[in-house]
Amino acid sequence: MAAGNRPLSPHLQVYRPQISSVLSIMHRISGVFLALGIFVLAYWLNALAGGAGAYADAVALLGSGPGKLALFFWMLAFCYHLLNGIRHLAWDAGMGFEIQQVIRSGWVVLIGAAVLAGLLWAGLITGAGA
Amino acid sequence: MSLRSPLAKALGLGAAGDGPAHWWSQRVTAVAMVLLTAWFLLSAVSLELGNQAAVAQWLAAPLNTVLMILLTGTLCYHSAIGIQVVLEDYSRGWSRVIGLLISQFLHILLAAVAIVAILRIAFGVR
Repeated sequence: MAAGNRPLSPHLQVYRPQISSVLSIMHRISGVFLALGIFVLAYWLNALAGGAGAYADAVALLGSGPGKLALFFWMLAFCYHLLNGIRHLAWDAGMGFEIQQVIRSGWVVLIGAAVLAGLLWAGLITGAGA
Repeated sequence: MSLRSPLAKALGLGAAGDGPAHWWSQRVTAVAMVLLTAWFLLSAVSLELGNQAAVAQWLAAPLNTVLMILLTGTLCYHSAIGIQVVLEDYSRGWSRVIGLLISQFLHILLAAVAIVAILRIAFGVR
């Protein structure tokens, strides 16, 4: 059978979004978004190496309104990817596969990520003097 | 009963020929990232982040320099094999090849750029 002619599995749209599938794609999306954050890390480190003037410019850029908003989303994505990654490691160890456990750990990850991001953000903002 | 041939079972490397190497590396680097990011964020909240001299002095301490280089390298490798999976899932043909090349080159470039900056701070060239 020609490659473009194979039967397709049902389209994703026919499924009701479930916490399992939504958190799964969120892990991937947050991972890709965090990969883009490597640019910010490299920029920040180079500004730090560039001396007080260069660092002040970087702090001004990252501490501006849009800069802070982007950094906050990176913080949220990091906390989610971290906690959901730990959930994945537990699955890899064979733990938590019952559907009720999957639903419960999913909510724990979602709420935990929001709380952790809030706490870290509050801690970092005080240190950044903003 | 398994449909796998005895040779496939003995070699255990799967269709890609390199077995679960990337899968396993993703887990090992994930565990390392949990530890390294915990260290980094706990340090960062106790730092005066707006003060270049304070942050540079912190990073120049030998243990912090080592851990920051490890964090950067682990992050870039974890990210590179993660992005590779995404590209392999959603692209094919030349766009996949070119996408993979760009991703791998960028990850290595960013790791090098970040690590050189860390070393400049560590050796006091600022």
